[in-house]
Amino acid sequence: MENNNQTNSKGIGIHARRVIAYAVLCIITFFCLFWFYVLFINATRSNGELQSGFTLAPSTHLIENWKNLLAGTLPVWNGMLNSLIVAALSATLCVYFSTMTAYAIHAYDFKAKRFIYPFILMIMMIPTQVTALGFVQLITKMKLMDSFIPLIVPSIAAPVTFFYMKQYMESSLPLSLIEAARIDGSGEFRTFNSIVLPLMKPAIAVQAIFTFVSSWNNYFVPALILHDDKKKTLPILIAQLRAADWLKFDMGQVYVMIAFSIFPVIIVYLILSKHIVQGVALGSVKG
Amino acid sequence: MKKNSKAVRYNKWGYIFLLPFIIVYVVFQLIPMVTTIYNSFFENYMSGLNQIGPNFVGLENYKKLFTDGDIWIYAKNTLLMWIMCFIPQIIFSLLLGAWFSDVRLKLKGSRFFKTVIYLPNLIMASAFSMLFFTLFSDGGPINSLLMQIGFIDTPYKFLSHAGSARGLISLMNCLMWFGNTTILLMAGMMGIDTSLFEAAEVDGATSTQVFFKITLPLLRPILVYVMITSLIGGLQLFDVPQILTNGTGDPMQSTMTLIMFLNKHLYSKNYGMAGALSVVLFIITAILSLIVFKITGNDKRKG
Repeated sequence: MENNNQTNSKGIGIHARRVIAYAVLCIITFFCLFWFYVLFINATRSNGELQSGFTLAPSTHLIENWKNLLAGTLPVWNGMLNSLIVAALSATLCVYFSTMTAYAIHAYDFKAKRFIYPFILMIMMIPTQVTALGFVQLITKMKLMDSFIPLIVPSIAAPVTFFYMKQYMESSLPLSLIEAARIDGSGEFRTFNSIVLPLMKPAIAVQAIFTFVSSWNNYFVPALILHDDKKKTLPILIAQLRAADWLKFDMGQVYVMIAFSIFPVIIVYLILSKHIVQGVALGSVKG
Repeated sequence: MKKNSKAVRYNKWGYIFLLPFIIVYVVFQLIPMVTTIYNSFFENYMSGLNQIGPNFVGLENYKKLFTDGDIWIYAKNTLLMWIMCFIPQIIFSLLLGAWFSDVRLKLKGSRFFKTVIYLPNLIMASAFSMLFFTLFSDGGPINSLLMQIGFIDTPYKFLSHAGSARGLISLMNCLMWFGNTTILLMAGMMGIDTSLFEAAEVDGATSTQVFFKITLPLLRPILVYVMITSLIGGLQLFDVPQILTNGTGDPMQSTMTLIMFLNKHLYSKNYGMAGALSVVLFIITAILSLIVFKITGNDKRKG
């Protein structure tokens, strides 16, 4: 009751608050985008121009830097192709089999379910790093060093993606539909492939993007597995660039190389941003 | 009776569909986990060109790990950089979440801002830190910018001071993760019953009061969830400091994290110590995961 005065002042304050909010948002936006803008500008400048200081205007040497980078010692095309193969296959296997796992838990009633479901939720947070030692030893024994298999196949068991699929099924996969398919004589495997998968399309798209991006960005495990120059993925090449005596490099090439690893993801993200941002809120279990 | 046997026939498919997950999990995660634990009890490393071990040494590796002293420095670094990243992150996330869920404020462009702040999360961490390394190098663009506007006279060596090197790592992680946190908190705030806000408005509460007396208490489960998952993520801090310092943890071990330490042991093939360190990290993560599991377990019953 004694707050009545404040109620009035609040009415005046709303405009001021709005101004503050927009100002802070603009500053945050600046901080999020500034680095990428500088990256873009610097990728278009020649080494000489880069040494001479900072500007906000792009130059004309993008193509030249790019050609120099390709002519250099880093197997950039190979790196991109390798990253693409590993990320695309990981994403495909991950979403297909995670949907299958989620479907098993969602649609069937079997004894082991009561402890398997909580078990998968428990292991969800365990990072791959803590099993890396055993993983490297196992891969060495299986003679799969320098192969993409240890980077692709393990994505079949992805608890986080599984959990997302399970949540999505609970909200949008009615069991009556599966019953109907059974009555029509559809086999269980066919029901999954031709009825469940199409219905899960929105969730599959979101998770495919997430898995693709995290595989594309992954550095720790690939660096332990891939030692052959021809097999290296982009993050390893970036680390190599950092480890080399970078001062002798043409800085224009360094920026193009970084831009080359970052911008494809940004472009895809901007096209699909609506679904991705919604997906984050929906899943709410991204480390 | 007949119907029952039919259900059993269907339910066997539950096991079949689970099979790929279980096989891959056992081969690529469970077996490595077991061998990692097994390794932690053996002395097994290279001394020069000589292979020492593997000899069973019991808990000797753990004793060495904790009395060596280095692990405490790295644990402190990891925790410090996490705190420096988490505090600004949670403040900005709460602020943005509160503003966007405030109906009176009617902010426009929520989708645009969400898109922008989430963007850094998808960037390759190694490329992002390589970018920061070049931007903040002694002769890099940031130094020339600061000199051009007359802020400093000589280049500031960002990567030669513990404070600024840690600060840069925290800044990068903060940029990469605060969008994610904001979206999670926003979703939580949207879920709060609007009649509570209306009632507060009728009672003449200011927006600060609404935030501290209604929003924050109701958001507590999500806040705890965000904090612990962020801590689990923070313990895994690797790509950014590894690339930024080329794996050295310079200056003076001030940016060396626990996973970088593990990585060093893996590369030098000191499997005994790597195993012990992995087990310690596993136990910490497992405890933190159990807390998350408890929180979300309570939440799930509602949904």
